[in-house]
Amino acid sequence: MSRVTLLGLQILVAIVGIALWQLLSTVPVFGKILLPPFFFSNPVDVFAQIVKWFSSGVIWKHLGITLTESILAFVIGSLGGVLIGFWFARQPLVAAVFDPYVKMVNALPRVVLAPIFALWLGLGIWSKVALGVTLVFFIVFFNVYQGVKEVSRTVLDNGRMLGMSERQLMRHVYWPSALSWMFSSLHTSVGFAVVGAVVGEYLGSAAGLGYLIQQAEGIFDVAGVFAGMFVLSAFVILIDFGVTLVERRLLVWRPTVDGRG
Amino acid sequence: MTMPTAVALENAKVAFRLGDDRVYTAVEQANLTVGQGEFVAIVGPTGCGKSTLLNVAAGLLKPAAGGVEIFGRPLAGLNRDAGYLFQADALFPWKTAIDNVAIGLEIKGTPRSEALPRAQKWLTSVGLGAFAGRYPHMLSGGQRKRVALAQVLIRDPKILLMDEPFGPLDAQTRQVMGNLLLDLWNADRKAVLFVTHDLEEAIALADRVVIMSAGPSSRIIGDWRVSLPRPRDIFEVRLDKEFHALHREIWGVLKDEVMKGYAQSTLAKEAV
Repeated sequence: MSRVTLLGLQILVAIVGIALWQLLSTVPVFGKILLPPFFFSNPVDVFAQIVKWFSSGVIWKHLGITLTESILAFVIGSLGGVLIGFWFARQPLVAAVFDPYVKMVNALPRVVLAPIFALWLGLGIWSKVALGVTLVFFIVFFNVYQGVKEVSRTVLDNGRMLGMSERQLMRHVYWPSALSWMFSSLHTSVGFAVVGAVVGEYLGSAAGLGYLIQQAEGIFDVAGVFAGMFVLSAFVILIDFGVTLVERRLLVWRPTVDGRG
Repeated sequence: MTMPTAVALENAKVAFRLGDDRVYTAVEQANLTVGQGEFVAIVGPTGCGKSTLLNVAAGLLKPAAGGVEIFGRPLAGLNRDAGYLFQADALFPWKTAIDNVAIGLEIKGTPRSEALPRAQKWLTSVGLGAFAGRYPHMLSGGQRKRVALAQVLIRDPKILLMDEPFGPLDAQTRQVMGNLLLDLWNADRKAVLFVTHDLEEAIALADRVVIMSAGPSSRIIGDWRVSLPRPRDIFEVRLDKEFHALHREIWGVLKDEVMKGYAQSTLAKEAV
């Protein structure tokens, strides 16, 4: 299928979906409106809400806050994950001692931590960052740990036979291997950073996309809820696109599975 | 022999612990010498411990008994005089071909500005001058082996250890690689210990062919001198009468071991 046809079909799906939504929420079928506007709003209202946010400029502040929280969560979580993952992988004793606790914390649904973070860190951005960090950290941690552990035996022996010292092995073998595993989970960890931020905002805050959605819900403004959801998904798609660009630059040395490269 | 010995294994025994209390003896009492400038090939059936013996010479494995001497000195730790060409892919996948070759020099502290031109020269001499910027996954199996060869040779090791280096390649590429290896080797005649399961390859390349018995507890059971004239061409030498005579003679000994080795490996599989 050519690119143009594919794009055409993709757009067609959106048009049909939106048209159905509009029809079913405004035109009665057999004397009954199938999608009551109170629960489902309609595309025109949702679109109007989005336009209003952008034309008045309110949305930028909220987007900015959510973006800041996501970036902070991602950076701090990744840094911690890389350092601890590396440390654990190189010190099996430490890893063995902490193993049950790592599993325990990771098994905990992170959402239940949100109230604790709100208590400790207040309603500002840091309680959201903390929630995002707990999500990002474990993904990066497990990947880096695995990456260091699973360095190919042959590549390692080759490094040794070429005369690498322990430090040089670290720099030329362990480190690139760990980073490649971390980057391969970039989409997931960035996604989770956003989830942490938005969920945190939703549960208690004064700004951000999650706050916007929560406010709209509080006054039964369904159009506002949907509008928030659309802005949020567009926001995530944009970030994901950025991640893809970064990934292509950083992982040029890796064979692409899907044949993109 | 007047030449000093590059590698000498004396009664080297290699054993592995099998998790529980059992001990698996891979190689029993191997005596093997490689003279300076000598090309020695070890041939043996699958699972006879020939790669194990190579790892002992490299210092990657410690013998359970017996000793290893490199240029007359007992080997402690890794063999710093040796370059090792692995059977599996051993290139650093995150480095380009030229960086993979240059790394051997950079480790020794050679500045990058000096290492890169020399790496480029080596890539050219293995026929990959135009592929410097490629990552390993963008190269074919044969090309990766060439890069690996350049990576090892740029450090100018006195001893070259090769573990079925051309094993994963197709038959034609193997022959081309064999000729390339001989050409490069002819330039400065390093001591080479070359492990293979391919008797023809061994005779075509080496000065001496050493045969190992089937494992476990394998031993060296034969040592033949190959006096085919050098420089050799792998394609031509196989048509030589002397080559055929030698091949028949060695195969007579090797065949039994191959059958034994095959029986062993099928038995082991059934036991599992």
